Amino acid sequence: MSTPDLLPGTLDLLILKTLARGPLHGYAIAQIIKRTSDEVIIVEEGSLYPALQRLWLREWVKAEWRKTETGRRARFYTLTAKGREQLATELSEYKLMISAIGRVLQNA
Amino acid sequence: MQLLKKISVFIRRRKFEHELQEEMAFHRDQAAGDHRERGLEAADSRSAAARDFGNPTRMQEESVETVAFRWETTWHDFRYALRQLRQNPGFAATAIVILALGIGATTAIFSAVNPILFASLPYPHPRQIVSIYERNNGGGPRMPNFADYVGLNERSRSFDAMAATRGWQPTITGGDQPERLEGQRVSWPYFRMLGVAPFMGRDFESADDLWRGEGSIVDGPIKGSMGRNVVVLSYGFWRRRFAGDPNIIGQNIKLDETEFTVIGVMPASFENVIAPEAELWAPLQYNSALPRASRDWGHHLRFVARLRGNITKTQAASELDVIARTLAQIYAPGYNEAGGPPSGYLVKSLQDDLTSSARPALLAVLSAVMLLLIIACVNVTNLLLARGAQRRTEFAMRAALGAARIRLLRQLMTESLVLALLGGAFGLVVAVVGVRALILLSPPGLPRLSAIRIDGIVFAFALGVTALIGMLIGIIPALRAASSDPHESLQQSSSRATGGRQWTRRVLVVAEVSLAMVLLVSAGLLVRSLQRLFSVDTGFDAGHLITLRVQESGLRYRPDDARVRFFQEALDRVREVPGVESAGFTSQLPLSGDQDVYGSLFEKDIANGSLGGDAMFRYAVTPGYIETMRIPLIHGRLLNESDRADVSRFCFLQQRCGASPASVLISQSFAKRKFGSADPIGQRIRLGPAAFAYLNDHTDTPWSTIVGVVGDVRQLSLAGTTSDAIYVANAQWFWGDQEMALVVRTHADAEALVPMLRKAIWSVDKDQPIVHISTMEHLVAQSEAQRRFAMIIFEAFALVALVLAATGIYGVLAGSVSERTREIGIRSALGATRSKILNLVLRQGMALACIGVTLGLAGALFATRALITLLFGISRLDPMTYAGVVILLAAVSAIACWLPAWRAAGIDPAITLRAE
Repeated sequence: MSTPDLLPGTLDLLILKTLARGPLHGYAIAQIIKRTSDEVIIVEEGSLYPALQRLWLREWVKAEWRKTETGRRARFYTLTAKGREQLATELSEYKLMISAIGRVLQNA
Repeated sequence: MQLLKKISVFIRRRKFEHELQEEMAFHRDQAAGDHRERGLEAADSRSAAARDFGNPTRMQEESVETVAFRWETTWHDFRYALRQLRQNPGFAATAIVILALGIGATTAIFSAVNPILFASLPYPHPRQIVSIYERNNGGGPRMPNFADYVGLNERSRSFDAMAATRGWQPTITGGDQPERLEGQRVSWPYFRMLGVAPFMGRDFESADDLWRGEGSIVDGPIKGSMGRNVVVLSYGFWRRRFAGDPNIIGQNIKLDETEFTVIGVMPASFENVIAPEAELWAPLQYNSALPRASRDWGHHLRFVARLRGNITKTQAASELDVIARTLAQIYAPGYNEAGGPPSGYLVKSLQDDLTSSARPALLAVLSAVMLLLIIACVNVTNLLLARGAQRRTEFAMRAALGAARIRLLRQLMTESLVLALLGGAFGLVVAVVGVRALILLSPPGLPRLSAIRIDGIVFAFALGVTALIGMLIGIIPALRAASSDPHESLQQSSSRATGGRQWTRRVLVVAEVSLAMVLLVSAGLLVRSLQRLFSVDTGFDAGHLITLRVQESGLRYRPDDARVRFFQEALDRVREVPGVESAGFTSQLPLSGDQDVYGSLFEKDIANGSLGGDAMFRYAVTPGYIETMRIPLIHGRLLNESDRADVSRFCFLQQRCGASPASVLISQSFAKRKFGSADPIGQRIRLGPAAFAYLNDHTDTPWSTIVGVVGDVRQLSLAGTTSDAIYVANAQWFWGDQEMALVVRTHADAEALVPMLRKAIWSVDKDQPIVHISTMEHLVAQSEAQRRFAMIIFEAFALVALVLAATGIYGVLAGSVSERTREIGIRSALGATRSKILNLVLRQGMALACIGVTLGLAGALFATRALITLLFGISRLDPMTYAGVVILLAAVSAIACWLPAWRAAGIDPAITLRAE
């Protein structure tokens, strides 16, 4: 269960990006992040749910209860228009940051 | 938008939490399902999922905190704190009671001292209002006279307005009952100077305030127009006497048998700080022509003025000093007849002038209550520490379960704040009761009494104190609890590992004892001062004496002989009342606040050419007064019925000289000072107006002859030593006093006779108001009311401090004994005797007490400096007091130590060791 420290704010970005595929429940979000990162990033549930609440509060995501394929009730999160904007902004900022860090690491 | 969401979450909090739980349960189930797929057993997979998930409670808390308002978390903490207190009602009640006493006492005292010491006067720009006094040659203040008013008013440029005032006690008639009122005669700009407008009608104008031909011994013609007899009422009086009659303006009321027209009513909010009891006001109406030998020269007025613009008190005083020189020249004859011209004027802020006499006592009381509050806080801190010791396991458990340190700290601080808040709430109740008690106890003459109440400022003060206390008492226990290492606490049994905490608690107990010591010493010094004061020989026997005042309105009995006859008849009736042993009237009563001083000229001094004169208390009495008071006759004879002869009153003014001289008694110390060992009997003396007029070229003014010497009497206060006095039969004084005090010595209970005495006086004239009924003993006690006030408060505080300190010692020792049960068990198993163990614990407790007492001694040596002005007859370092307090504290500490020690000695080693 060792996850490298994420840059601050990265978790929000990961969640938003994951949600860009469509409505997902919390567990699915965690699983997708885990899988796509080749199990490098394991989102601790202890930070996932507070983060989801935060995003909801800022109206970047909507939450609604739906049935899963297995017929259980789960809370699904959907990206809002505001959330999409936010994702775009954060992505470009993130890329800027990463390339900056990369330049520093290569040339220093 | 965020706010709206937060509010919606807040409103549907249950639903939100429920959903969160469901969401997490779903998450866990999914995870468990995945684990199962990977081949774990169902039970294992669930626990693996739970392990992955972490601490669900903490997580949920964090989620909730994200969407919740910050104060919602606080509310949670608050509810948790309440639950904690409910689970331990004994602890909670003790702490709350202690805090309530501390906060309540502090708030009550603050509400009393705030208007007096800190708040400004209830007028616009209050700092500009000043009192003005004459400055005598010694630099001290002297009451100004009307000549000062006229002179300064004409010349000074430092003031916007100036007003002279004096007390006025008219009797209102024309209703069901005659009633003597407290009022004030004021120069017409009085209300404008204060900056307060009437609520109804108008205030005075200059045309109201003109002389009406009263108050001069010499009757002169009235030049120009006369002032009008108009009166302004206080709101309370208007409601009380006239039921708030909306048509009161323009109506006439009868005061002292004279018609006065009501012209105005002051607003309910008007506080007349200069004479708080005053219920009505009339213009001063002195004679600005300042005729000689008139009341206009008497030093009995009080000046208040409003400084103009940016002029300071110093600037005003120096301007007045320059004017004083001019006045001394142009008013020379008048001033010289009335004790000489002033050497200048004193300008004091009205606030300081009103409060300076009460200030030392109030500051002392304020410091005392602060000490008490600190002791209360220390005590509760100790309780919290003791409780922290019991709850260590709980904290450790919570820390182990993932509670953040800051969370624990906040939780504990919330608990102490909740304690403080509850204490503060009950404290307000205590304060309300306390303020009532303070007002009842308050010494007469305490300024601004009516402004003492629990108002917004006092409430804010209480809240501030409460919050501060919540922090103070919480911080040490909270830091302690939050910083303890959970592993250690959980591993060790709770009955050991006590070193650091015990150490802190001991320091606190030492602090408590030393602070209690300071309070006890202060209380002790005050008690002993009062003992000294009340053992002072007053010069009369106060037991079984009842006193009351009859105030004849002044116009019914004319000439003055009729008035003298009225008092004589009243006295005759009083003497017939069964149970009355003896009775007499006097123009001034010792220790009642009366101060009636006249000048005198002894024949031998006149012969020597020294015309300085001597000031003395003048008692115009009926025969029988001296006997009733049991003032000892030292030499010669007392006044008797033969001294009723109509002597040469007013002779120098009415050309009736030649009658026999009046007989007078003089006080022992006065006789000794004037005549040494020579016999004063038969010596002649010119008194009051006679001495006055003699110096003013009426050389044939009447003599009085000294016929006896009587013991000294304390007139002004028990501490005061001025006792030059002259007693003269009221029938032989120059006029008949309007107000006389009756003293009655009774065989048995004095107070039971009051209705019959009243009836006896009213049988002569039912329209004469009888006021100020009191036993002489009460008057004597009241005369030291300020000291008594301070003493009672200090006694009460010191007592509470003593109890708190004792419980502090007891608490620490009891805690220590129960924590050391095992050690003590081993000791006694190894053969320590009961008395050895008893000693061990006693020594531990008494060591704390001793350190506390030593520090307290040092503190008291320092702190009692604040008390100096309140002490009488003893030094602030009075060894008896200090010794007594040390013994008392030692004894109480010993009792507090004894109980835990006794329990320790009774510990059965077998049981304790098995219990481990």
